[in-house]
Amino acid sequence: MKNIKVLGSGCENCKRTLELIDEAAKSKSVEIELEKVEDIAAIMGYGVMSTPGVVIDGKVVHAGGVPDRKSVESWFD
Amino acid sequence: MFDALADLVVYQWLGLNPADHLGAAVHFFVMDVTKIFVMLIAIIYVMGLFRAMLSPEKVRNYVRGKPKWIARSSAVSLGAVTPFCSCSSVPLFIGFVEAGIPLGVTFSFLIASPMINEVAVVILLGILGWKLTLMYVIAGLTVAYVGGAIMERFKPERWVEEYVWKIQMGETSLPEPDTSFAGRHHYAWGEVKEIIRRLWKWVIAGIAVGALFHGYVPQDWVTEHLGGKDNWLAVPGAVLLGVPLYSNATGVIPVAEAMLGKGVAIGTTLAFMMSIAALSLPEMIILRKVIRWPALALYGTVLAIAFMLVGWGFNIIS
Repeated sequence: MKNIKVLGSGCENCKRTLELIDEAAKSKSVEIELEKVEDIAAIMGYGVMSTPGVVIDGKVVHAGGVPDRKSVESWFD
Repeated sequence: MFDALADLVVYQWLGLNPADHLGAAVHFFVMDVTKIFVMLIAIIYVMGLFRAMLSPEKVRNYVRGKPKWIARSSAVSLGAVTPFCSCSSVPLFIGFVEAGIPLGVTFSFLIASPMINEVAVVILLGILGWKLTLMYVIAGLTVAYVGGAIMERFKPERWVEEYVWKIQMGETSLPEPDTSFAGRHHYAWGEVKEIIRRLWKWVIAGIAVGALFHGYVPQDWVTEHLGGKDNWLAVPGAVLLGVPLYSNATGVIPVAEAMLGKGVAIGTTLAFMMSIAALSLPEMIILRKVIRWPALALYGTVLAIAFMLVGWGFNIIS
């Protein structure tokens, strides 16, 4: 099971990112554990300044803006 | 081209009269909507192809550890080419502080970034011409440079929230982008959708306000109350009016277009544009998470004074 964290302080883009990941995981039938990280210190701890960012199993795979559907799906291949 | 299109739609198809209020307003609206959105899509796509958009992470790495005047010049110019969503101003602020970048330099960046960006500059060029664009950009860069430097004199470090100093930033290497043409196209198109989604409301609202102003506000009223260059109060009035109003820099352009068209003085218009784009209550409230009220009050005061000077200055020389 993949652990996925969405980094962001709760703005519109973060919510869209969460939804996208949730949909993509379902369509690929991959089991994930989805978390939201809103604490600023924790976000910065990942070295991310431009939110939303996405962390999969401890590794930053995306930062700065809503990721596009294609790349979200590629995380589950 | 856009003018002809708007003529066709508004006067031929809708049968409105060019001479009355409604006809003039709708014509302005149709022309600006088509023109601005076509330009927006084109410019964002081209910038996306070259991956010219800089991330704040890169700016931070570039600015840190540089001598102050170089740091400030690059913060201001990088701020002008970094598209910046006010929702990321807090992490950005903390990231800069953590990198040891002086606060005054960080403020310079925060001032420049919402006021000037490459998208707004291209739209400005298309709508208001190169002279006004040049004035806006030079004035904006100067305000950001000097404004940050003045704020530094007040030692704003004492107003930074305690927890900010304690945050440790992790090191991370972001994934390498796909640089094939298909990858670039994909990225560029994604940027277009993303940025348009974020901007369209501001732009439509700006055009609507511009259209109403263009169609309904009588010329005489403008000349009497706003137009006169000798009317010293018009500039502070414009700056104050801009504080509660907030729009993206791109959204202000059609409003400025309508104001200039009715004869509002150039300096007054510039001051109004800057105040709307850079001085906003929501932005200040977001920044309150990292700095206390005295620093915010200082930020607001320095900017308001700077915009008034810009306004008066341009009204005198123009």
